Amino acid sequence: MRRQRLGDTLFRAVTRGFALGVLLLLGAIIASLVSGSIPAFREFGPSFLISTAWNPVKENFGALPAIYGTLVTSLLAMMLAVPIAFGIAIFLTELCPPLLRRPIGTLIELLAAIPSIIYGIWGLFVLAPVLQSVVQPALIGSLGEIPLLGVLFAGPPLGLGILTASIILAVMVLPFIASVSRDVFLTVPPLLRESAYGMGATTSEVIRDIIIPHSRAGIVGGVMLGLGRALGETMAVTFVIGNAHHIKASLLAPGTTISATLANEFTEAVSTLYTSSLIALGLILFVITLIVLAMANYMLWRMGSREEA
Amino acid sequence: MSSANLLLYGRRRAVNYIVLALSYAATVAGLLVLFLIMWSLLRNGLPAFGIDFFTQSTPPPNGEGGLLNAIYGSLVMTAVGTAIGTPVGILCGTFLAEFSRSSRLAMAVRFINDILLSAPSIVIGLFVYVVMVVPMGHFSGWAGSVALAILVVPVVVRTSENMLSLVPSGLREAAFALGAPQWKVVVLVVYRAAMQGMLTGVLLAVARIAGETAPLLFTAFNNQFWSANMDGPMGNLPYVIFQFALSPYAGWQQLAWGGALLITLAILTLNIFARLLANWSSFEK
Repeated sequence: MRRQRLGDTLFRAVTRGFALGVLLLLGAIIASLVSGSIPAFREFGPSFLISTAWNPVKENFGALPAIYGTLVTSLLAMMLAVPIAFGIAIFLTELCPPLLRRPIGTLIELLAAIPSIIYGIWGLFVLAPVLQSVVQPALIGSLGEIPLLGVLFAGPPLGLGILTASIILAVMVLPFIASVSRDVFLTVPPLLRESAYGMGATTSEVIRDIIIPHSRAGIVGGVMLGLGRALGETMAVTFVIGNAHHIKASLLAPGTTISATLANEFTEAVSTLYTSSLIALGLILFVITLIVLAMANYMLWRMGSREEA
Repeated sequence: MSSANLLLYGRRRAVNYIVLALSYAATVAGLLVLFLIMWSLLRNGLPAFGIDFFTQSTPPPNGEGGLLNAIYGSLVMTAVGTAIGTPVGILCGTFLAEFSRSSRLAMAVRFINDILLSAPSIVIGLFVYVVMVVPMGHFSGWAGSVALAILVVPVVVRTSENMLSLVPSGLREAAFALGAPQWKVVVLVVYRAAMQGMLTGVLLAVARIAGETAPLLFTAFNNQFWSANMDGPMGNLPYVIFQFALSPYAGWQQLAWGGALLITLAILTLNIFARLLANWSSFEK
């Protein structure tokens, strides 16, 4: 009897230990990144965050171009992905014949299973040439002619750059946003939906007036989750962003992101200051994604607790 | 009906059609991208498959060779990563589902775990670089495996917690009534009941890490030659695809496409298998 009770205490302690381990893991990641980035912050101070310099030879580094590229590609990707993802979620919950619901949902989710590097190689060899020869000249010829807005589409069609990276990112986050939105759309009580249809509302009115208001927190959570993924995405972006440490107004120009800079340069960095600057970039990326993901999970958790209530 | 009413009705119908047409178009676009990717993988990757592809190590530029060392490295590191990450994840999931469903610690662990689930994998690579590669002084297959294990843990925690929570409490109570201590109830009864679901979670985790490149860049690095030594740099498929695809050599690019096709087929098969397993177990209940 006593041996059994000892077994219980031990088993509980072990599982508790591993649960604590998960908490400690996050702390250890932050601590190791902070300690690794100390030399860079000591050398450059807070101006590391706003400097646009990136000169490995003179050892002068600044994070702004990478931060800018990370934010711009991710936001642009969200602008492209969110409407399409909602369309898919609406299709799967409201329009799709029940028999096809699972297969189509699964196919969309398989998009999320394809590894980042596959998107990279596809973006480089298939998407970029098409963009360069067809889409970008069309953009330059049409939107590029408009004053003010034209700045965004100036310059030669290179195929590689901010826009290409954003499109690839949009495809990659699409399945996440679509499947989270579908799941929250499905939490709308059938009674509400059917009452609206019963009063003569059209499908689009049911979506606008019943489904979206009811699942707002969940939708925002899903979008933020997608944003968190886009911010940290590495390989696909590294292939198609062009890897240039500068800030250009044009979306067709090459740029860089934090993750692409790390992937390209980390193993080539020889000096302590170079390595430390790259680790500091990693720390900045981790902090940004932590904030976005924490907000996303809070929104989804709020949605979940309302569902149970 | 007055003409004003007709107008309103017509407009509502038009708006409805537009919204529905757009959502059809969105779905078609999503599926089209999947087929386009698979099509280019098959078209460019299939010609690379051959006996050499699976039996030779990676060649020098313009040389003849295959991806044997990279395939082996990927298999070994994925296996070791899964072997380290799975028990950690299952024990943590057990704590959340069996011992402490709503304590403050459990809430915190759940929250942090959900964040780790989507955390950028390249940062995990940096972390392992700082804590393992720097102290050891060199890149190694072990470091790569640990980085992959860190990615496995949150997936397994999430699925095993969910699957354990689905086990009816009647089963537990029956075992308790027979006088079994809690650890025996969990290990001999609850784990068995949730086995298929947990296996699904592990398969999904394997599918996730099998194609991960970013965490291996600064941990396992790469090795052009055959190497079974986990204590040194190790070849792996994702890194080879990265390096070869961006190279100017046609032979290397060809191998990169072949590797990409191989890895995608493996991952999609794992994913579909995992889903079938999940469905099968839920039908049974």
